Amino acid sequence: MARGAEWLVLYVLSILVALALSAVLVETTGGSWRPVMTALVDGSVRAPGRWGETLGSAAPLLLVALGTVISGRAGLVNIGQEGQLLMGAAFATYFSFALGGPGPINLVVLLIFGAVGGAVWAGIAAVLRFWRGVPEVLSTLLLVTVAGQAVAYGLGRDWLLLASKANRGNRNQVSEQLATGNRLPRPDLFGNEIPLMVFVAVILAVIVALVLTRTVWGFRLRMLGHNPRTAQRAGVSMSHYGVSALMIGGAFAGLAGASMFAGGGFSFGNYRLVPGFSTNIGWTGLLVALVAREKAVAAIVVAFVFAALRTGSGFVGSTGVAGRITDVVQGLLVLALLIPPAVMFLRDRRRARFATTARA
Amino acid sequence: MAGFLSAIANIISSDSTYINGALFVALLGFAATGEWVAERSGTLNISVEGMLLAGAFSSAVGYDLTSSIVVGILSGILGAIVVASLQAEMSHRLAADQFVVGLTLNILVLGLTGFLDREIDPTTSFATRWGVPLLEHVPLVGQALFDQRWPFYLLYPLIPFSWWLVYRTRWGLELRSAGENPQSADVSGIDVNRRRRQSIYYAGFTSGLGGAFLVFAQVGRFEDSIVGGRGFIAIAAVIFGGWTLRGTIAGCVLFAGALSFRLSIQGLGYQINTELLQSLPFVVTILGMAVFAHRVRAPAALARPFVRGIK
Repeated sequence: MARGAEWLVLYVLSILVALALSAVLVETTGGSWRPVMTALVDGSVRAPGRWGETLGSAAPLLLVALGTVISGRAGLVNIGQEGQLLMGAAFATYFSFALGGPGPINLVVLLIFGAVGGAVWAGIAAVLRFWRGVPEVLSTLLLVTVAGQAVAYGLGRDWLLLASKANRGNRNQVSEQLATGNRLPRPDLFGNEIPLMVFVAVILAVIVALVLTRTVWGFRLRMLGHNPRTAQRAGVSMSHYGVSALMIGGAFAGLAGASMFAGGGFSFGNYRLVPGFSTNIGWTGLLVALVAREKAVAAIVVAFVFAALRTGSGFVGSTGVAGRITDVVQGLLVLALLIPPAVMFLRDRRRARFATTARA
Repeated sequence: MAGFLSAIANIISSDSTYINGALFVALLGFAATGEWVAERSGTLNISVEGMLLAGAFSSAVGYDLTSSIVVGILSGILGAIVVASLQAEMSHRLAADQFVVGLTLNILVLGLTGFLDREIDPTTSFATRWGVPLLEHVPLVGQALFDQRWPFYLLYPLIPFSWWLVYRTRWGLELRSAGENPQSADVSGIDVNRRRRQSIYYAGFTSGLGGAFLVFAQVGRFEDSIVGGRGFIAIAAVIFGGWTLRGTIAGCVLFAGALSFRLSIQGLGYQINTELLQSLPFVVTILGMAVFAHRVRAPAALARPFVRGIK
C-alpha cells in the first residue's frame, strides 16, 4: 500500500474510534448522540454568525501554536503559553490605558506591548535556562500559575489594571473597557463578523513556515533543535538562539492575548481583562502545535478544528447533555491523532531493522 | 501591627492550623511521592493532576455502589491507574510526546469527571476518625498527625515504602538508571521504557490513594474540579525537593503550611496578599532552582523520550 494511503487509513480509523467512544459515552449516560453532533456542527459553523466566532477563537490558538512551533524547532520545550498569553493581555491592557493616544496608534501600541509581555514572561524562563541551567520545561510550567496570580493582583489594584469605581459598577477584579475606536476591526463578511486577527494569524503562519525553512536564521534554529552539539561546533550560539526562540515563542502567545483583549468580543471578556481571561487558549494552542507536529501550515487546519469544538460546545448544553462532553471529545481526538504518527514511526523502525538484517 | 503579630501567634498555637496543614500535606504527599518515583525514571508526569481527579471520582463512584470505604479506595486506585496506563503506554510504548499526552489527559479527565458527575452524581461520606492513643494528646501536632480519618494514615507506610522501593531494590536501581542514563541502562539489559511505564503506574497508584483521601478524609464528597491545580503543586514540590524524597516531603510541608496559614489568617478577618501566598509554591520553587541549579541536579534524562539506537 502506498504510504499516503496508509497514513490516511490510520488517521481516519483513529478519529472514528475517538468519535465512537464519545458516542458510546453519551448513549450510556442516557443521552443520545445525534443531537449532540448536530449541536456541535450548528454551534461551530452552521448557525448564523458562528463562522465568525469559530475563526475568532482559531486566531489566538494559531498564534499560540506558531510561537510553540518556533521554540519547539529549536529543541526547547515551552509549555507555559497559558501564562505568557495572560501576561501579554495584561501588558496590552495596562499600556493601552496608561499611554492612551488616538485609536489606530493605540491599537498598534497595545499589540506590541502584548507581544512584549509574553516575551518578558518567556524571557524569565529563557534567562534561567541559559544562565542558571534551570530546565525550561519546569520553569515555563511553574510560571503559568504565577502569571495567573500576578494578573489577579493587578486586577485588584486600581493603579495597575483595575477599572475606576465609576466604570466597574458592582464588579470587582475587572479592567476598564477598551474604547470602541481602539478595538481591532471585525469586518462583516457574509453575515459573519470575522476578526481581523484571523488574516494576520494566517499570514504569520506562512511567514513562520518560510522563515524556518528558507532563511539562515531558521536553518540554524532547526540545527540547534536536531543536534545542539553539532550546531555549536558550526558556530550557532546556543544561548543566543535559544533565548530568542523562547522569547519569540512567548511574544506570539502574548500577541494572542492582546488580540483577544482588543478584538475577541464576547467570547473573551468583552474588551475587558477579567480573571481567567485566558480560558485555556494557551493550553489548547500548545496542543494545536503538537498535534500539527510543529508544522506552521498544518497548525492552521488543526487550530480551526479545535476552535470549532470550542464554539460548538456552547450549543451542546441545549440538548440536555452536559456541555463538558466537548472536552472529552477534544481529549479523545487529540489522543487519537497521536496514534498514527507513533504507529508509523514504529513500523518504519521495524522495516529498517529488516532491511539491515537482509543486507547482512 | 501588634494585633497582627498576636494573630500570627494565635495561628501558630491553634490546633486547627495544624489539622488543616496536615490534610493539605497528605494530599500533596500522596501525589508527590508517586510523581517523584515517575520523575526519577525520567518522566515529567504532568497528568498527576488528572490522576488525582480520576482517583477522586472513581473512589466516589465505588463508594456510591457498595457503601464501603475500602472498595471506594480500591476503585480510586483503579481509576487513577487507568489514566496512568494511557500516559504510560502512549508516551513510553508508542513514543508519543509525554507533554501532549499529559496535558490532554488532564483536559480529558476534567471533562469526563465533570460530565459524569452531572450524569451520575455519586453520594459519598467521610471515613471514620481514628485516634492513636496517647500520641493524639501531644500538644499542637498531636491531633493533626494522630487523630485523623483513617485513609490519612495510609501516607505513613507509603513514604518509607517508596523510599525503600527506589533506593533499596534492584527495581529501584534500574528505574533510577533509566532516568539518568537510558542508553547505558539499555545496553546493560534494562528495558528502559518498561521501567518508565511501571513508575508511571506507581504514580497512578499513589495518586489514586490521594484522590480517595481527598474524597473520604478531606472533603467528604466529590465536586467538579475538586483537585484545583494541586497536582501541579505536587510537581513543584518534587522539583523543589531536588528530586530526593526527603526534599519532596519538605516541599509538601512548606507549601501546605502556606495554604493552611492563608485559611487561618483569613478566618481571623485579616486581609493578606492572597495572590502572593498562592503563587508562593511556584515562586519558591523557581527561585530554589535558580539558586541551587548547579548543586541540585535533575535526573539527567528527565522528560527525554528513550528510543533505542537513536542519538
